[in-house]
Amino acid sequence: MTSNDERLAAEIERIKKGGAEKYHARNREQKKLFARDRLKLLLDDGKIEFEDGMFAESNNPELPSDAVITGVGRIFGRPVAFSASDSTVKAGAAGEKSVQKNLRIQDMAMQMRIPMFYLIDSAGARITDQVRLFPGRNQGGRTFYNQIKMSGVVPQISIMFGPSPAGAAYTPAFADITIMVEGNASAYLGSPRMAEMVTREMVTLEEMGGARMHCTVSGLGDFLVASEEEAIQVAREYFRYMPQNYLGKPADAGAVAPASDRPLQDIVPQAQNRPFNMYEFINSLVDGGSFLEIKKLFAPELITGFARLNGRAVGIVANQPRVKGGVLFVDSSDKGTRFVNTCNAFNIPLLFLADVSGFMIGSAVEKAGIIRHGAKFIAAVSQAVVPKISVIVRKCYGAGLYAMAGPAFGTDAVIALPTAQIAVMGPEAAINAVYANQIAAMPEEQREPFRKKMEAHYAEDIDIFHLASELIVDTITPFESLRGELIARYSIYQTKEARFSECRNPIYPV
Amino acid sequence: MKRVVSNMAGVILEFLVKPGDQVAVDQDVVMLESMKMQIPIQSTVAGTVKSFKVGEGDFVDDGGTIMEIE
Repeated sequence: MTSNDERLAAEIERIKKGGAEKYHARNREQKKLFARDRLKLLLDDGKIEFEDGMFAESNNPELPSDAVITGVGRIFGRPVAFSASDSTVKAGAAGEKSVQKNLRIQDMAMQMRIPMFYLIDSAGARITDQVRLFPGRNQGGRTFYNQIKMSGVVPQISIMFGPSPAGAAYTPAFADITIMVEGNASAYLGSPRMAEMVTREMVTLEEMGGARMHCTVSGLGDFLVASEEEAIQVAREYFRYMPQNYLGKPADAGAVAPASDRPLQDIVPQAQNRPFNMYEFINSLVDGGSFLEIKKLFAPELITGFARLNGRAVGIVANQPRVKGGVLFVDSSDKGTRFVNTCNAFNIPLLFLADVSGFMIGSAVEKAGIIRHGAKFIAAVSQAVVPKISVIVRKCYGAGLYAMAGPAFGTDAVIALPTAQIAVMGPEAAINAVYANQIAAMPEEQREPFRKKMEAHYAEDIDIFHLASELIVDTITPFESLRGELIARYSIYQTKEARFSECRNPIYPV
Repeated sequence: MKRVVSNMAGVILEFLVKPGDQVAVDQDVVMLESMKMQIPIQSTVAGTVKSFKVGEGDFVDDGGTIMEIE
């Protein structure tokens, strides 16, 4: 061996060990894995196919790979690019070369149109290096510009094993999906110490930017997991539903019977106002074991997630009558918008399961912008050109019909179940709205009979057979035929080709 | 003292537990009516129901206390 061969072998060995042992020990105390061990769990056969910039800052023994590992491996045999921060080097804080490495791997992922994984565990950026990594054309800001440019072109999956503070907090925000390990993952713009100076609040890191907060309140996080191993498992499961890029479709899987054999008609109450559990409906409808819920803990009045019907992927948007009556709020509108956009970007057909009495009313939600948030959701549903089926499970009132892909929104099929009811509002509310003055003027004993008579007329008008006869819905399907009907329709709709509109960009509400 | 709070504005339709009952996390403890829907409210804590802070037919706001658990 020449001296350079020996030097190379020694350097690779040194660099692959990461930072000093004391930092590895600290990781172990925090139940964190070394970045290279995370990649072993994520990638097929634990193997990195190739790595760029391994020798970044190799003249500085304290900066192996300059705190980030970038390269390509495979998941389910498909190539993926990755950027994994190494918290044993400068606590994962980015330096000049780390930024250059990130830009390089993003460029490569964009050009080769392969998915990008971000394994995040970083103290942010090294402020002492700021002029060489923060403000310039090809510096820190460019990584976010790249993420935005990649959005909807290739899947971008972020897994947060540790912190992602200040500017770095935008990395999970610009990714399609963010998986957060409870207790270790965090994201915040200003630390608790900075917040105390500005707002005088005394707040813990967990309260302000912890994984649970982001997965339940802010909506930045999509999956809250208990361990790093679970995080990586979830990332792989999510990736099963993703194509390589926007030109592809998710791979089919083998068909599986639903996990539950409880008949759908036993799950849905006849009475429009009684609660039922939409998860039970989903379990009796989709392939067993296929449902992967997104944002389970955030705005649970709307359920979003991927599933399979006879092996073919669908994205489900379903109202949950057990939570807040399934009524749509600001957060559920955000959640639905984001999910519909994800499905449309990556050719995942949409399935809406509607049981909604509309958007929430009242001054609190008006001040919070329920109109523009609802409009945003409706816009996302409208511009989604993937195969789109809306099943009217039970009631579907007001703008809830719009958000749940009613007939006017480019929906390929609106299927009513026998329990379906479509209207501006329910009978009781409608009669109050139309006849309130007339009823008030009546003698007391005449009011209730009049109200009942009018409600009966109203119910006849919105009877689902009447709506089917007027071609408002495409069909009424027996409960027991729904799964078969959906499988048949998605099979036909898979060749759908559509564009929504041509413009520089739409100006939908946000 | 732990509390069960409403997650939306509405009227208490029916209590599903009574003082002295043991409740578990995620157990339905009260039925609310709002937006013409019957909406079960779950306890977020485990313990014994100590007292109700509102009665059936009462209005409760979003975040309002429904019962105390000890």
